Amino acid sequence: MSTSQPPSHAGSAHYYNAADLGKFSDIARGNSELARKFFDWYGAVFAEGALTQREKSLIALAVSHAVQCPYCIDAYSKDALEKGSNLDEMTEAVHVAAAIRGGASLVHGVQMLNHVDELGM
Amino acid sequence: MAYRCSITSTSWGCSRVSRILRTLQKRGSSLATGAGQRSRLAAIPTARSFERALGDAGLWPLRSLVLDILQINLGKRCNQTCKHCHVDAGPDRTEVMPREVVEAVLAFLERARIPTLDITGGAPELHPDFREIVVRAANAGAHVMHRCNLTAVLLPNYRDIPALLAAHRVEIVASLPYFQGRETDAQRGDGVFDESIESLRWLNSLGYGRGTGLALNLVTNPVGTYLPGNQAALEVRWKGEMRRRYGIEFDRLYTITNMPISRFLEFLDDREQTEEYLTRLVNAFNPAAAAGVMCRGTLSVGYDGTLYDCDFNQMLDLPVDGRGPRTIFDADVALLEGREILVGPHCFGCTAGAGSSCGGAVA
Repeated sequence: MSTSQPPSHAGSAHYYNAADLGKFSDIARGNSELARKFFDWYGAVFAEGALTQREKSLIALAVSHAVQCPYCIDAYSKDALEKGSNLDEMTEAVHVAAAIRGGASLVHGVQMLNHVDELGM
Repeated sequence: MAYRCSITSTSWGCSRVSRILRTLQKRGSSLATGAGQRSRLAAIPTARSFERALGDAGLWPLRSLVLDILQINLGKRCNQTCKHCHVDAGPDRTEVMPREVVEAVLAFLERARIPTLDITGGAPELHPDFREIVVRAANAGAHVMHRCNLTAVLLPNYRDIPALLAAHRVEIVASLPYFQGRETDAQRGDGVFDESIESLRWLNSLGYGRGTGLALNLVTNPVGTYLPGNQAALEVRWKGEMRRRYGIEFDRLYTITNMPISRFLEFLDDREQTEEYLTRLVNAFNPAAAAGVMCRGTLSVGYDGTLYDCDFNQMLDLPVDGRGPRTIFDADVALLEGREILVGPHCFGCTAGAGSSCGGAVA
C-alpha cells in the first residue's frame, strides 16, 4: 500500500465543496486549449456591451437559480453586490427565474389538457 | 445587520436594532488597541506577505513621494457607531486633538505650504476648534477637505457648519454606502440614511454638488464582506438613482474597500470570515494600485500629534519610520519625503482590485 496522502476529495461524503469554485481553472489540466477558449469567451460575454456588466450579473444570478448551480449562486451573489445591485433587485431576479421554472411546468398542463381531451368523451 | 427577523407559526416580521453600539474600547475588546489588532492580523495565514507582494512588484521598500496632503484626525468622538469603522469612533470616546496640536498642525501647514488639508475623525465637526481650523487653513491658502458623516451637522449646535464650509469653498467628502436606507442603515445605524438625504439636500441648496465649484463627493464602501465594484460604472448609476429618487446631485463617487482592522475586523471574526476576506484582498493585489497608494503623498496626524503614514496605521499604533520626525511638533517636509512607509497585512485593503484610498480607486 502507498503511504502517500490521498487527494483531499477522497472519501468526501458530498458532491459540492465551496472551495472547488476557486479551482475552476484547473479544468485546463485535461485540455488547456478548450479551457482557454471557454474562459476567453466567458470573459467576453460578461464584458460591458449593449447590456451593462451589472445587468449581465443579475441575469447570471437568475440563471444560476434556474440551473440550481451552487457555485454560480455563490459567485453571482457576490458579483451582483460588487456591481452595485441590491437585495431588492437580486430577489426580483431570482423570482423571475422561479416564475419561468414554475411557468414552464404549468404551461405543460396544456399538453395534459390535450391528452385529457383526446382520451375523454 | 440592522434588522432582526423572526418567523414563527403564527407571525413573521423584521425589526430594526439600535442605532448606537458600544465601541470596542468601551467593551474592553482585544481589538481596541493597535497591538491587539496587529497581533490578530499576524495570526491570519496569507499566501504571501505584503512586503513580498511589494517586492514582486518592484516597490519594496515603499517610499513616500511629494507630500501633497496633510490629513489630520481630530479625534475619535462621533455621533455614530458604524459597523465597519476603522477608528472605533463613537459617542463614548473622549479623545480629541488638544489645542497645542491644532496650533502645531496649522503652523506646519503654513510653513510647509502643503496644498491640501484633509480633516477626518470621528466626526470632525464635534471638535470644539473645527470651525477655526477650517477658516485658518482656508485663509492660509490650503485646499480644505472635510470628511463628513452627514448627520453631525444636523445636531442642534452644529447647524451653522454647512454654510461655513460653503463660504470657505471646503470640499465635502461624505460617507453614504448605498442609495437606499436598508443597506446604509445596516452599516451606519438606524435612521442614518434619512438624515443623510436631508443633509445632502441641504448641501445642494447651498450650491454643493451643482457644478458651482463647491465639490460634494460621496464615498461608498461595501455593506458586507465583498469588494467594491468599478468606480466609474457605479458613479454613473448612483448619479441617476440619487437624482431620480431624491433629487440630489453630487460630483464624484469614491469607492473604498473595507479595511480589515478595528470594528470591521471584529465583524469578520464574528462571522468567521477573516481569513476568507484577507485571502480575497491578497488574491486581488494589483501592482498598479500599490504604486498609487495614498500614503505615498499623505502625512497623517493623530489627535495627540503623532505622525503616521496613513489613518489606518494610526489606528494600529504604527507611527512613521523612527529615523525621521515622529510628531507634528518637529515635522519637517525635507525629512519626511522619501521616508520608508510602514506596511502590514492590512495594506492589502488599499491594493485590491482598482485600489482604495480616501479619494477612491487609484488604478
